[in-house]
Amino acid sequence: MLVASIGFLYAAGVYLILKRSMVRLLLGIVLLGNGTNLLIFLLGTITKGKPPVIEPNLKVLADIYSDPVPQALILTAIVISFGLTSFAIVLLKRVYALIDTDDLDDLNTPEEEDI
Amino acid sequence: MTANIIIATVLVHLFTALLQLTFWRKTITQRVLSVAGSLTGFAFALGLFERVRTGPILTMNAANWEAPFGIVFVADQLSVTFVLLTAIVALAVSIFSATGVGRARMLYGYFPIFHFLIMGLNGAFLTGDIFNLYVWFEVIIISSFVLLTLGGRKAQLEGAVKYMALNILASTFFLTGIGILYGITGSLNMADLSQKIQWVENQAIINLTAMFFLIGFGIKAALFPLYFWLPSSYHTPPSAVAAVFGGLLTKVGIYGFFRVFTLIFVPDDFIKAVLMGIAVMTILTGAFGAIIKDNIRRIFSYLIVCHLGFVIGGLALFTKIAFIGAVFYLIHDIMVKTNLFLMAGLIRHLRGTMNMSKLGGLYAQYPKLSLLMAVVLFSLAGIPPLSGFWPKVYLFDGGYQGNDYLYIGGIIIGSFITLYLVARIWSEVFWKRAATDDFVVDRFKSLQWHRKTLLVLPICLLACSSLFIGLNAEYIIQIADKIAGEMADPSPYIEAVLGK
Repeated sequence: MLVASIGFLYAAGVYLILKRSMVRLLLGIVLLGNGTNLLIFLLGTITKGKPPVIEPNLKVLADIYSDPVPQALILTAIVISFGLTSFAIVLLKRVYALIDTDDLDDLNTPEEEDI
Repeated sequence: MTANIIIATVLVHLFTALLQLTFWRKTITQRVLSVAGSLTGFAFALGLFERVRTGPILTMNAANWEAPFGIVFVADQLSVTFVLLTAIVALAVSIFSATGVGRARMLYGYFPIFHFLIMGLNGAFLTGDIFNLYVWFEVIIISSFVLLTLGGRKAQLEGAVKYMALNILASTFFLTGIGILYGITGSLNMADLSQKIQWVENQAIINLTAMFFLIGFGIKAALFPLYFWLPSSYHTPPSAVAAVFGGLLTKVGIYGFFRVFTLIFVPDDFIKAVLMGIAVMTILTGAFGAIIKDNIRRIFSYLIVCHLGFVIGGLALFTKIAFIGAVFYLIHDIMVKTNLFLMAGLIRHLRGTMNMSKLGGLYAQYPKLSLLMAVVLFSLAGIPPLSGFWPKVYLFDGGYQGNDYLYIGGIIIGSFITLYLVARIWSEVFWKRAATDDFVVDRFKSLQWHRKTLLVLPICLLACSSLFIGLNAEYIIQIADKIAGEMADPSPYIEAVLGK
């Protein structure tokens, strides 16, 4: 189930990024990021009620356990993607205010106008 | 050997940035702090470099967590060389920025962001943990976004959209690769990964993961099919910013290639062939792209792409001699590319434009400055005995030994076109009679003496570094040789990190 949704998120993200609209580009980036986060989450063997705690009478973990490291990783990744997304939103809003179009193909100032 | 001094260069820039934040809107204090911070960072980097050059690989375990479990910082020869180069570039650019960046940009925190960027670069070069590398990459790109957009001109924002979209995409690919790598090996420590990856039986999934890293680093390093964001964004920010970007940002991607593809994924024939194909195409497309441009910064942007192909080709040959060539070329390239963009900034101060059709007659008016810039341009073209010449000898040698004539052909074409462009820039910008004097805006002449020095000094500094690299090639080759040894045989690195 989760695997299918990761695949779906990746596919939708790539599809949206390939579109010419800026808003779709933004949504595509967000979806791809979430797909990646889910992927890492899934790789940490999610099992219910199996904390990675070693029993008092044992030296190592005997049973299968939920790996806490991927959860720490996605926490970091989520925070980072939050920051990047908010920057992207502000940037695209500024660009929209400046050139008054949503089409990425209009983002080409010709070379003659360079300083 | 454990040493906490490794982290010093990162901390220096962190504290410089934080201190500057407390002097918000006081631009003079910020300028002084920036140069002082860069100088301190340079001193620490030089100390670290000397210590690693003469001694063993240094490591530092964050919070004393032992190696495969905690985050480890490693200073081997490759890392410290990059750190030293970063420090030199940071010093030059922070001096140049003191005059070369507009006051409006400084008021909105140009200097703190610049130091955060340098901190991120240092962290990326020093970390020994692949997820930590990702985090440093994010520090770098978010600071670079701000530097690129600061000022908010139309062209800048347009370039920034492309830059942002592709760099976020690259990070996503990189993160996916890390996720899968953790899934198949259960480790994030690069030295540990290097050992554990050999026990994985399913070679197909390793190659697949390697492709994720290839795409992620490939976008960041601006390699062949994925380089379009670079020429469309690097000509927009102020020249000081473009200098850091051109000199260092793409090189972080190359560093990622060097680290991951020698330590974790030792390339098989398929990956080598892919890398070689990318390298040759990168050289050709970069070179041909540069020919048709008129703006000198656009030409330099394409030349960055072109010359990164040389380096990746050296990695793809995967022999020690090719590694020496690639590393040496990278050392030369960081110095020269930074200097080219600073030079473009100086030309803009002299003439008010960077378009070749409007430029001309610089040699007649400023002969000394022109000769200084000639040193840089000739180093770029690789005219012996300047710095671009020596690494190409090694790359040729590596190409012949690996019987890779396609790559040799690529280098010849790339170098030839570079030479042609240098000649064209020289004749159009310096020798040609200036078209009309009416439009010439010479902001340089009216500047005070110390401001002129601040603009010219960093170019001098970097040109001297280039001369040093060229004339003292023996010394650089020794260092490149040591790095190549580390890349060809990573066991000392693994031993230093894991302590067994």
